[in-house]
This record gives sequence, structure tokens and C-alpha cells, in this order.
Amino acid sequence: MHIPDGYLSPQTGGFFYLVMAPLWIAASKIVKRNLKARQVPYLAFGASFVFVVMMFNIPIPGGSTGHAVGGTLVAILLGPWAAMIMITVALVVQALLFGDGGITAIGANCFNMAFILPFAGYYIYKFISMNSAKDSFRRALAAGIGAYFGLNTAALSTGIQFGIQPLLHHTSDGKALYCPYGLNIALPAMLLEHMLLFGWLEAIITFLVIRYLQKDDPGLIL
Amino acid sequence: MRTINKLWLFIAVLIILTPIGLILPAHFKSGAAWGEWGLDELRKLIGYMPEGIEKFSRLWSAPIPNYGSSGISYIISAALGIFIVITSVFLIGKFLSRKE
Repeated sequence: MHIPDGYLSPQTGGFFYLVMAPLWIAASKIVKRNLKARQVPYLAFGASFVFVVMMFNIPIPGGSTGHAVGGTLVAILLGPWAAMIMITVALVVQALLFGDGGITAIGANCFNMAFILPFAGYYIYKFISMNSAKDSFRRALAAGIGAYFGLNTAALSTGIQFGIQPLLHHTSDGKALYCPYGLNIALPAMLLEHMLLFGWLEAIITFLVIRYLQKDDPGLIL
Repeated sequence: MRTINKLWLFIAVLIILTPIGLILPAHFKSGAAWGEWGLDELRKLIGYMPEGIEKFSRLWSAPIPNYGSSGISYIISAALGIFIVITSVFLIGKFLSRKE
């Protein structure tokens, strides 16, 4: 889901930097209001967790690869705005140091994985878990379901960004300038692989870690 | 053990296991992630090279592209990346957190 340089037009890349700028500012303000000094190590853990989880490329035999993100999980620990900061840090290090995701696409990649994913995942989790007990099975299940849909919403958003490129930009003889695949290919490609495989991985990881924390330290769960 | 220390231990175990993310795709002969093809792979897929991709794909040369390509470099990349992530978050956390 890490869009490389060149697959989105500079206009699309710039647009998502502009969309993310106020969100990053809002996240800083909201986190500054709520984050206690003793929670900073958890913030560092969350960013490290999503960084390393994204390195586990899982193959579709003979096809492409993909990975989980862990974004809903870190949102359940410190809230979606803190998740935005944690995932942004991981994505920026991945782009600058390891070339995983383009630098012109940092805005777009953060929109998908650091904004759409943790917010969708967290609010679905909140909606399903309602006011169930912190250590209830229902809450862990809600976390898994939130994680599944969080990742898939991000995949949908990524598919749209890829898929609109041939509509927006092409040469006079119809050749693509950026991502060559339209919505009819990009959307099903991104959605199917995440709905069938990577979403389940995201759900299982989230469910298991929440289940463990419920037994060990339920106070950590929002 | 305090929960945070168990969580750091968990990260350490994940770092050591990261080569799985390299070995599994190689074993199943999987290509790149969708939309993340290298230039040669893309040319093979669509038969030409979109101008924008050709132009912008060279914009940034990452110091360690693709986290290195061997198992051991993958582990070192994971550890280095996480060291930088932790340092960055503690710096950010200094500004964004409040004392109780």
C-alpha cells in the first residue's frame, strides 16, 4: 500500500499533502492536550510496532505481496489522533531511509494508512464494543473487526488514488503518464487482496494482542 | 515484568523474525506489491514506460533501498529503522506530552 514516486501525479501528491497538513496540526494539538509523559514510551512502541509489522510481506502465490499495518491496534491503545502521529513517523522513516513509499506520495500514503485506517478502525471498534467490559471477548472481537475494515478502507482509498490517474493525466495518444491502471483494475486489485488475505492478518494480529493486553494490563485499552 | 518491557521484548522478537517477510514472497515466487512495481517489472506488464513514472521514480535515492535484500540486512534495517522511529517519537513526545 506504499505508493512509490511516479505512480501519482505531482498534483495528486501535492493535494494529499495539503489535506494532511491541517490533520497533522490537529493531531499535534489534540495529542498535546491528552498525552501524559508516562505514555510517551507507548507512543514509541506503537510507532515501532507499525514500522516492523509492515516489513512482513505476505505473498499471494504467483501474484503480488502485501502486509498488515497494525494501525487500528495502536489507535485502540492511545487514540486515533496519536495513531496518526505514530503511523506518520513510521511511514516517513520508511520513505526517506528505505525508499518504501515515495517522498512525493508521503501525503497520500499518510492519508490512507495514518488517517483513514486508524480512524475507520477505531470508530468501528468503539461502535461494536459499546460499553462492554475492558476484558470482554466482545471488545477483542470488536478490535479485530475494526482492524479488518480499517485496513480495507485504506486499501479502497489507495485504489482510488491509483485508479484516477489515467483519467486525470494521459498523453494525447492515450498513454498513461503515471499509474497506468484505471479504477476498473486498481480498485478490485487493491480491495480483493486486502479483503481475502491482508485484512484477516490485520484482524488476527489485533485480536491476539488485545486479548493478551486484556489479561495482562486492561487499563491500556481505550 | 512491566507491560511496556514485555512490549519492547515483543518488538525485539518481531525484528528477528522480519526475514520471514523476505523469504515467504521469494518462496512463493511472488512479485512486488500491487502498484509498487520496479521499472522493468512495469514495462513487462504494460509494454511501455509511463513518462511520469520514469521521471519521478528517480527523484529520491534512499540510502538502504528495500531494507537491503538479504536476510541479515533486513534485520539490521528493521533494528536501525526502529531506532530512528523511537528517537523521533521521544523527541516529538517531549513537545507533545505534559507532566502530571
